[in-house]
Amino acid sequence: MFSTSFTWNDFLFLLQGAWVTLLLTLGAMAIGTVAGVLCGLLRALLPRATLPLSWLLDVFRSVPLLIQFVLFNSLKSIAGLNWSAFTVACIVLGIYATAFCTEIVRSGVLAVPFNLRRASRSLGLTYLQDLRYIVLPIATRVAFPGWLNLVLSVMKDTALVMWIGIVELLRASQTIVTRIQEPLLVLCIAGLIYYVMSLVVARLGARLETRWQEND
Amino acid sequence: MIEIDNVHKSFGELDVIKGVSLRVNKGEVVSIIGGSGSGKSTLLMCINGLESIKSGSIRVDGTEVHAPGTDINKLRQKIGIVFQQWNAFPHLTVLENVMLAPRKVLGRSKQDAEEMAVKQLTHVGLADKLKVFPGKLSGGQQQRMAIARALAMSPDYMLFDEATSALDPQLVGEVLDTMRLLAEEGMTMVLVTHEIRFARDVSDRVAFFRNGLVHEIGTPDQVIGNPQKPETIDFLKSIN
Repeated sequence: MFSTSFTWNDFLFLLQGAWVTLLLTLGAMAIGTVAGVLCGLLRALLPRATLPLSWLLDVFRSVPLLIQFVLFNSLKSIAGLNWSAFTVACIVLGIYATAFCTEIVRSGVLAVPFNLRRASRSLGLTYLQDLRYIVLPIATRVAFPGWLNLVLSVMKDTALVMWIGIVELLRASQTIVTRIQEPLLVLCIAGLIYYVMSLVVARLGARLETRWQEND
Repeated sequence: MIEIDNVHKSFGELDVIKGVSLRVNKGEVVSIIGGSGSGKSTLLMCINGLESIKSGSIRVDGTEVHAPGTDINKLRQKIGIVFQQWNAFPHLTVLENVMLAPRKVLGRSKQDAEEMAVKQLTHVGLADKLKVFPGKLSGGQQQRMAIARALAMSPDYMLFDEATSALDPQLVGEVLDTMRLLAEEGMTMVLVTHEIRFARDVSDRVAFFRNGLVHEIGTPDQVIGNPQKPETIDFLKSIN
C-alpha cells in the first residue's frame, strides 16, 4: 500500500543540505550579533547622532530578503569580486540579521531602568563600568528571547539562498522531489529536519532563560 | 564639610531650586523636610553630581562638585547615596551587589571586598542573605542592602533620598533603625525625609524647604517643635 523510492542516500543528501543551512545560520548570526550589539548600543546610547544608521538599517529590514540576495549577487558580479555564493549568502543574511538584532539590543538597553544606572554611577562606577557590569548583563536577559526568535527566523530565511545557487536543505529537497516525484513525503521530511533543528536551538535557549529567571 | 552656596537649578523652564545655601559640618545630621516639588530631592542629586546645577556652587571637602576639572567618580566614592527606589542590581546576589563597587572602583581584591561586604551586610542585619538574589528580598531588606552597598565604599557622607517612602509601613522601622545606628556612629548625613518624628530624633538641624528655597532652618526643637513661619506650621500640620 505504501511504497517509496526515497532512499537512505536521499536522506543523507538532505542532511548535507541541513548542515549547509546550519553553517549559514551560524555565519549570519555571528555577523548579525556582533554588528547588532555594536549598532544597538550606539542607537540606544546616542540616539540622535546615530539616526542615519537607523535609516540605513531600515532599508535592510524593509526590502524582501530575496531581492537583497539577487541584487547583492549581481552587484558582486558587476564589481568583479570573486566571492563564493556562500560568502555572499552569509554577508546578505548577516546584514539582514544585524538590522533586526540592532533593534533587539536597543530595546534591551533601553529596558534597563535609568534609576539603576544612576545608582551604579552614584557608587563611583564610570560610564563604561556601568555599561559593562550593570547595563549589558541586564539588557542581555531582556533581549535574549528576541534574539533567539531572530536565530530561528534566520534559520528559515536561509532557504532563500537557493536562488543564488547554494544547495541547502530546501534546495536539496527540491532536487529529490524532481527526481522521485514524491513532494509530500520529501517536504515532510525536510520540514521535520527544520523542526528538529529549531527545537534544539529553542530548548537550549529556554534552559538558559530558566537559569536566569531562577535568580530574578 | 558640604558647602552649598546660592545654588540654582532648573529643569527646562521650571526652576526647582532658587538660591539655596546650606552647610553640613562633619559629623552632623541634617534633615530636609518639605512638600513634594520643593526641590529637596533634587538638591541631594546635585550634591554628588547626578544632576547639574545652573549657578552657584557646591563644595565637598573643598572640592567643587560641578567644576569641569573635577573627577566626579572619585568624589562620589566618599558620598554614599540611598534612593527612594532601592535600586538593587537584579542580576547580582546581595553579596555581589555590595562587592561590585569596592572591587571595580576601589580596586580591592576579591577577598578584601568580600570581607568588607560581609561586615556591612552584618551591620544592617542581612548576614544570612549573602547568596540570595535581591528579587527574593522584601523592600525593607533591599533598602538595607542598598545602605550596606553605599557603606561598603567607606563614604564620609551619606545622603538619604526619602529612603523609606516606597516601603510598606511595617518595613519602615527596620530601615529607620539602620539609619539611626549610622547617625549614632557619627556618620555625616543629609536626609530628605517625610518621617518627621524620626527627623526630630536623629537630626542636629532640620531645614524646611519651600518653593526651591530654605524657608526655615534650625535645631529640630526649633523647626519642628516650635516653628515660626506660618508655612512651616501648615506643612507640619498637613502631614500629621
